[in-house]
This record gives sequence, C-alpha cells and structure tokens, in this order.
Amino acid sequence: MKNSVKVILGAAALGLLASAASAATLDDVKKKGFVQCGVSTGLAGFSAPNDKGDWTGIDADFCRAVAAAVFGDGTKVKFTPLSAKERFTALQSGEIDVLSRNTTWTINRDTALGLNFVGVTYYDGQGFMINAKKLPGVNSALQLSGAAVCVQSGTTTELNLADYFKANKMEYNPVVFEKLEEVNAAYDAGRCDAYTTDQSGLYGIRLTLGAPDDHVVLPEIISKEPLGPAVRQGDDQWYHIVKWTYFALLSAEELGITQANVDEMKNSGSPEIKRVLGTEADTKIGTDLGVSNDWVVNVVKAVGNYGEMFEKNVGAGSPLKIARGINALWTKGGLQYAPPIR
Amino acid sequence: MASQEILGRDAGSRVSLMNDPKIRGIFFQIVVVALLAAAIYWIVGNTVENLRRANIASGFSFLRGRAGFDISDSLIAYSSDSTYGRAIIVGLLNTIVVAVVGIITASILGFLIGIGRLSRNWLVRKISTVYVEVFRNIPPLLVIFFWYFGVLSVLPPPRDSYHLPFGSFLNGRGFYFPKAIWGEGSWLILVAFVLAIAMSWFVARKARQRQMATGQTFPILWTSIGLIVGLPLLAFIFSGFPLSFDFPKQSTFNLTGGFQVKPEFLALYLALSFYTAAFIGEIVRAGIMGVNKGQSEASFALGLRPAQTLRQVVVPQAMRIVIPPLTSQYLNLTKNSSLAIAIGYPDLVATGGTVLNQTGQAIEVVVIWMVVYLGLSLVTSAFMNWFNAKMALVER
Ligand SMILES: N[C@@H](CCC(=O)N[C@@H](CS)C(=O)NCC(=O)O)C(=O)O
Repeated sequence: MKNSVKVILGAAALGLLASAASAATLDDVKKKGFVQCGVSTGLAGFSAPNDKGDWTGIDADFCRAVAAAVFGDGTKVKFTPLSAKERFTALQSGEIDVLSRNTTWTINRDTALGLNFVGVTYYDGQGFMINAKKLPGVNSALQLSGAAVCVQSGTTTELNLADYFKANKMEYNPVVFEKLEEVNAAYDAGRCDAYTTDQSGLYGIRLTLGAPDDHVVLPEIISKEPLGPAVRQGDDQWYHIVKWTYFALLSAEELGITQANVDEMKNSGSPEIKRVLGTEADTKIGTDLGVSNDWVVNVVKAVGNYGEMFEKNVGAGSPLKIARGINALWTKGGLQYAPPIR
Repeated sequence: MASQEILGRDAGSRVSLMNDPKIRGIFFQIVVVALLAAAIYWIVGNTVENLRRANIASGFSFLRGRAGFDISDSLIAYSSDSTYGRAIIVGLLNTIVVAVVGIITASILGFLIGIGRLSRNWLVRKISTVYVEVFRNIPPLLVIFFWYFGVLSVLPPPRDSYHLPFGSFLNGRGFYFPKAIWGEGSWLILVAFVLAIAMSWFVARKARQRQMATGQTFPILWTSIGLIVGLPLLAFIFSGFPLSFDFPKQSTFNLTGGFQVKPEFLALYLALSFYTAAFIGEIVRAGIMGVNKGQSEASFALGLRPAQTLRQVVVPQAMRIVIPPLTSQYLNLTKNSSLAIAIGYPDLVATGGTVLNQTGQAIEVVVIWMVVYLGLSLVTSAFMNWFNAKMALVER
C-alpha cells in the first residue's frame, strides 16, 4: 500500500515537477550538497545496510564514487532504498540523481523509460535456487516443470522466467511479490519450489535464509543481466560524470592504482598515470567534465579501484565469495573495459 | 405572500444584476468550473510536455503490447503472449472476485457477531465482544500476514498433504478439490435451476399475499429448498448423469488437476472478511439497538416468538440504520483488497504495477487505477442506494 502510494506520488511528481529536476543535475546536486542515490532495499553484496546502518555493497560504493568525483568526499551521499517497482519512477521524477540498484540494462529501459545506462558494473545472468533437502534429485532447471517459482515483480527476471518455461515447453506457477523480504519469507516458508533472480542475487539471498546450506543454485543461466547504474535522459553532463566515474574505477585497476597507493602514484613517472590522476601540467581532465582535476584520486581514495570494490563486496573478501569470472578486466580475459582517459 | 413576491421582483429590477443572489450563484459556479477546467488543461498539458522532454513514452497504446509475464490466477484465458491490457483486466477481475466473496462472508459473519453481542447467552456475548475488539484493533495488513504466513507455516508441503473427504487435499500450496466437468446435456440442469429459482420467488410472493389476506402462513423456505434442489436433480437424472470429476493428483512438485484455491487468495479473503466483519458487527449492533424497545415488546404482546420478532420486526427496521454505514464498509473492503500485493495475490494494483514497471508508463497506469477504483466504488454505492431505497419503502 505504502508502496503504491509512493508510485502514485512519483507519477504525480513526474507530471507536475519534472521540469524542476531539469537539465542541470550537477548544479542541483552541488546546491543540495550531496548525491541522492537509489539503491535496493537490502541485497547483500550490492546494497544493504550493515549492522551499523551504513549502506554497503558494490552498488552503494558506486554511489560514493560519484559523490567523491563531484565533491571530493565519498560520504556526501544519501541513499534511497527502492523496490524493483519503485526504482524507475523515482529516477524519472527526480527523487534520486543516480539509480545504482542491480538494474539490468535493456533497450526498453534505455528508450521508452527515458533512462540512460552508463555502463555495466556487474555482468550477471539469471539463475534458479532450490532447497536440495526438500527436492533431492533436482539438479537442473529443466527438471522444474510444474514447479511453483517465487519471483519479484517489475523485474526482467519475471519476463525471462516466462520466456524460459515457454521455450522449453514447461509449466510453472509464478508466485509474484513486490518486496524482496516477502519473496524471501515465502520461499523460506516453502511456498515455492524454486527462487529465481540474478545469480549474484541468489548467492546474496541464500545467506539470509534460515538454513543457507540446504539451498543450491542450479547451473543454468537463462539470460544476460548486465547490471549497471542509470541516470535520466536529457542531461549529458551528468550522464558523462557518472559514466566516467565508472571508467575511472576500471582504469585505476588497470593501471594498478589502489586506495593504498594512490597518493604515491601521483608522483609516478608514467605519463598515463599522471594524466589520469590529474597531475599533468595544465590539465583539464576534470574541469572539462565539470569536476576537479584530481577527481580520479578522490574516487579511488573513497572506494578503491573496481577490483578492490569487487573483492570487498562480492568477491573473496565477502561472505558471497563470487569469482571475478567475466567481470575481470579485459586484460585478464574478462569483459570489463574502459575507453582511455585522455 | 403575494404582495411580498411582487415586492421582491420590483426590488430585483431595481438593483444591478450582480446583486441578484441567483445570478451571482450561477456566475460563481461558472467561474469555479472554468478555473477547474483551466487547471486540468494546464496539468495535462504540462505533464505531456514534461514526459516528452524526458523522453518517456506516453499514451495508452502500450495496452496493446505483449505482456511477457505470467499471472498465477486468472478467470479468463491469459498467457505471457496476451496484451498488457488483458493483464490489467485479469487483475481487475481478481479484485472483483475477492471483494465480492469477501463482502458476502463479512456480511454474514458481521450479522452473526452483531446479533451475538446482544445475545442473552453470556458465552456468545463474550466471544462476540472479544472478536470485535481483537479484529477491529489490528491493522488489516497484519491480519493478512497473520493468515498468510500462519497458513503457510502450519500446513505441510505438497508431498505430505492432508487428505480430506471427497478427494480433496490441503497443503501449503492451497486447498485442492475435484473439479466438476459437465458433460453433454448439462445445460438442462442449469435451465432447471433457473426455473426453480423463478418458481420459488413466485411461490413466496403468492404465499405472502395469502398471508396478508387470510393470515395463514405457508412453509416458503422448505418449498423453495425442495424446488431448487429437486428440479435440477430431476434434470440431472433425465439427462443421464452428465458429470465427471477431475481429481487432484500428486505430481513431482505439486498436486495437479482438480481445482486449486491458492493460499494467497485464502489469506486475503479470510483477512478481509474477518477484519470487516468486526466493523459490520458493530454497525449491526448499533442498528438493532437503534430500534425502539417498544417495537419488540409490542411484537411479543402480539404473540410472536423471539426469533420471529428479530426476523420480522427488529431486523427490517434496523436495516435502514445499518445500510448507509454498511456501504462504506463494503467500499473499505474493496479498497483494502489492494493490500493483496503484500502477499502476491495478483489483483489490480499488483498486475497494474507490473505493467507500470515493464512499460514505464506510470501516469497512464495510475489513471487506470483511479478510474477503476472510482468506478467500483460508484457501482457499490449505487447498488446500496438502490437497496436502501427498497428497504425504506417497506416502511408503513
Ligand atoms: N536485474 C533485474 C532484477 C533486479 C532485482 O530487483 N532483483 C531482486 C532480487 S529478488 C532484488 O534485488 N530486489 C531487491 C529489492 O527489492 O530491494 C532487473 O533489473 O529487473
């Protein structure tokens, strides 16, 4: 209910006030003094409040990186937790400045919804999880014909699920909830045989279940889910700031610039590192973008480079222990690739 | 009188038009309507312009697009190949189903509770009071969660379903019972049923007329039951038993076949009925207490028994006090059914919300929601007003 009210208010705001959240997002953000960032309501590894109430995760850290680029201070950010359904209205109506909430980049969202995705911070795919204790002998999604499947509404997940079962001529019974906690509770209570969402999400959700070890993620990946941050259309400057923040994180990793050595690196002899860190003479590397020339230094100081962000939140340094896989840099056989900062 | 009127008219022709209260009234009404129209025009224009500038699609043509998602409960044929428009209709029908069934149950339960609170039996009175106090003071969303997770956690998984009589089953996925499959010639039964209802109505009318004229009573209830059960039964026998059943069976994950009532529907339906019944109970109690005590005393004096007094004297008079607030309870129940979304029952808000999110056409979907709920409310009110007028006419 509260949720629908939010959507309705969002829609109303969209109609009346969209002009207020106009072209100059950067100016608005500077005037406010912080970046308003849309995140999930609590998906471990991506964006979830820790026991102190601070938002953690790769998506939350990306918000801090943007704040660091704009203000030189990664703490100048406020988080808005959003369900799958609320997220786009929140961005369109100007309630948030950036949406960084495990959101899949699709053509529909880039066009009809009026968004601009800035890149892919995590290459993912949709999977299934089952309770192996209750369903011994099920080791493939193709054995799920007739199953009840828990899914969150307003997601690409819901659509891929329908496509997958149709393509494989299988029946299923969708049990659709709006809120993550409701899907989790219903699945944990045995309402569904399977849980489906982005595979990374499944690993995070498994940790929150009553008996995580009873549950297994099935091997099938049924879709491409490139997850990334998005902004509103019609503001190229803000779009570029957010997009190049992402590229800066990748470039820093590629060049070996880390949270620990970034100050040292400023004195590096390498012209490329000097250029990226804004220590080249008469540089305009940041001011052309609308931020300060040492913005990459600020970003890396705030959250580390992309690799550090990954390991800390979803990789080896986290309970999720997800391997880099296709999210490795292109130089290491992965898909993460940034255009040159020059 | 007459001289006054002439005086008034004279005065009217003397002062300016602006001071004529009638003309002034019309003038201000026109101004208000014009302002309202201008405001709506400005809002719509501004919205369209904003959407265009933000590159967000607008208009209602999206309703013809392929939905691409599945819905678990549907009264009409629906698949992921159906349109967004159809998905919204599926949700609307689900809303109507749960509202109608909920209203019927809440009314029956509420009347029992209301009468129970005035019962002379101590236990009945206490149980009714506790019921009202408990359900009236818990937010409906909590009641829904209570039923949903209560039902889910108590009932066994499909593998260990409870076997109930007549080939039905109960488990955490819902209540399953055999589905009747009507064969050829079964239309005869339907015809017989309709005929029986018409005949019962006719008999009841005649009996009432006879009672008015002669004072003799006629066992209407038993005659009607005999007709409504007997005639279709005869038709059933004559057409050669055209009925078979599809029994629920165990399969890998769930039971298949038969008819399934899902826990989402059950929880929402029970919660809405129980919650609203508490309020209806209070309304009924107030209605009965609002009938002058002299009415039942007079009725007893005439020799009517307590049950007859309640049915024939008190309730008809109480109804006129009860119906107006009852209407708002019915409206509340309908609107509260939008809490369905919390437990995954695909009502109008849930399916509409999914459409909203997949297409991004927030404003259009919100407009559809508002128009539909307004429509449902107006239809309910219109029906209850009609019912109220009918009850009021009975007064002599
Ligand atoms: N990537 C998909 C799905 C993302 C999604 O919403 N996943 C769920 C997992 S069930 C989630 O993270 N929900 C968190 C929340 O609602 O706060 C999309 O963009 O549509």
